[in-house]
Amino acid sequence: MATAHSKSAARIMIAPAVFLLLVWMLVPLCMTLYFSFSDYRPLRGIFEPWVGFENYVRFFSSSSFLKSVFTTLWMVGGVLSITIIGGVLMALLLDRPIFGQGVVRMLVIAPFFIMPTVSALVWKNMFFNVDNGLFSYLYKWLGMQPYDFLSQAPIFSIVIIVAWQWLPFATLILLTAVQSLDSEQLEAAEMDGAPALSRFRFIILPHLSRAITVVILIQTIFLLSIFAEIFVTTNGAFGTRTLTYLVYQRVLESQNVGLGSAGGIIAVILANIVAIFLMRIVGKNLDT
Amino acid sequence: MGNITLNQVTKSFGDVQVIPPLDLEINEGEFVVFVGPSGCGKSTLLRLIAGLEDVTSGNITIDGREATEVPPAKRGLAMVFQSYALYPHMSVRKNIAFPLKMAGMPQDQIDAKVNNAASVLNLADYIDRRPGQLSGGQRQRVAIGRAIVREPAAFLFDEPLSNLDASLRVNMRLEISELHNTLKTTMIYVTHDQVEAMTMADKIVVLQAGNIEQVGSPLDLYHSPQNTFVAGFIGSPNMNLFTGSEAQKHGAKTIGIRPEHVQVSKTEGMWKGRVGVAEHLGSDTFIHVHDTGLAEMVTVRISGDMQVKHNDTIYLSPDMEKMHKFDDNDQRI
Repeated sequence: MATAHSKSAARIMIAPAVFLLLVWMLVPLCMTLYFSFSDYRPLRGIFEPWVGFENYVRFFSSSSFLKSVFTTLWMVGGVLSITIIGGVLMALLLDRPIFGQGVVRMLVIAPFFIMPTVSALVWKNMFFNVDNGLFSYLYKWLGMQPYDFLSQAPIFSIVIIVAWQWLPFATLILLTAVQSLDSEQLEAAEMDGAPALSRFRFIILPHLSRAITVVILIQTIFLLSIFAEIFVTTNGAFGTRTLTYLVYQRVLESQNVGLGSAGGIIAVILANIVAIFLMRIVGKNLDT
Repeated sequence: MGNITLNQVTKSFGDVQVIPPLDLEINEGEFVVFVGPSGCGKSTLLRLIAGLEDVTSGNITIDGREATEVPPAKRGLAMVFQSYALYPHMSVRKNIAFPLKMAGMPQDQIDAKVNNAASVLNLADYIDRRPGQLSGGQRQRVAIGRAIVREPAAFLFDEPLSNLDASLRVNMRLEISELHNTLKTTMIYVTHDQVEAMTMADKIVVLQAGNIEQVGSPLDLYHSPQNTFVAGFIGSPNMNLFTGSEAQKHGAKTIGIRPEHVQVSKTEGMWKGRVGVAEHLGSDTFIHVHDTGLAEMVTVRISGDMQVKHNDTIYLSPDMEKMHKFDDNDQRI
């Protein structure tokens, strides 16, 4: 029984939590917004509270901005396509009764538990390293020149690392979707004369579309802020500077807090545009 | 076309044999109903015929053609599933057109066939809706529509009415019977509901634990059940089966008498008893009679006009002509 009295009591009770959350989110956002309109370079002792849109203009007009946006999109797109295609295939594979199913499923999920920094280090030193990496040994064994992945194909390498980490997530969600498919539908399709590929195309894939949109949405949110993998492997060199990384460099490497903050605000706005765009697609796909 | 012959067919899942060697002949144009309690193997048998399960041994012939190893799509059979198994992301039209599209038929022929099926089944009003927007009965019709466009040699129905409410079930039962009269195609129908079996079938196959207990027309099964299982399973309410001394009087291990074959009187009769529960259906009343001196409770059917109350004393006289007698192996004498 929620009386008016108990309702107001409840409001007072949750007020501290709400207040804390608001402060937690709003203070950094407001400060970033504030710094983005000022010329603030702490190491040089410069602080000018109001310079108008100068930081924004500089951030936009720098040649690295557009490049970093495209790099970000490349990475997100690359990881998404690998995890979705791989995830669907893995899910179909794991749905079959196989020997040691429980263990296999655990192993498939394992990469998701590894911290990004650690997995990037492992990939960098164990697989991609030119002198001692496993891929180099493989190339040598095949009688080929070892390939320096991180400097020759840096974006591709980072995409591989990140996709490796996110594949379990996609697989897991898609596996539950595959398992929820009514087996009678597949049998009906079989009776209707649909070969395996058609059954996948006309029955399984449409059934998975919802799960796929959810995976795309969630992954995009997280992938827009890839950082550790770039930091550990290439340090932003070889054209692997994403928007997040560019902001980081402006603030910490150039010690230009104002410029970095402007970049941060731009990143927030761009992420929101992507989010609205995605929500539209998802919204369309979710109401049937 | 539509002769199906099963010859010594068996099916095992691992070590468990669910269908012991079984022979069955289904003739062209027949409406055959597989009936039996849950888990008797009737659905498995249907799936073996459909090709959705592989037979462990024995062989299946369809229209004289060896079909044991033929994949389901090539057997020329169409199946209507219990859950309807409609494709939820496709409109009704696309659902019905799917098998034709898979067969690579040209689009104008597909359209003609789909429209024809839609008009036969009264689907035209919601042909562009999705299955999720349809009621249970409408979905059922779509599932049947998807089956008939293929013009199969035989239709297979796997408990198609069990998800419908009672009144709709009666309607759909009629519709399926009418469809059979129109198409004259062989139909095999699986159900656990003996009323469906009795009302629709040309031939009923009673199954228990994978064994065929009896094959025959509905009235054959009603009038001369071959064993106690069939006797107890067919007919509603169930036949009264008595064992013990009363049965020995008639030289049998078990005797059976249907509730409708017992004369009821308030003044005199063979067995005296006390009325327990009375189920009034309006036209008839089923009464459960206790304390008759028999080990089992007796169910009898009386006319709805007769007034009986709980704990009334009542006299029963079974119609000896219509009594069924079974020997020690539960077989009919």
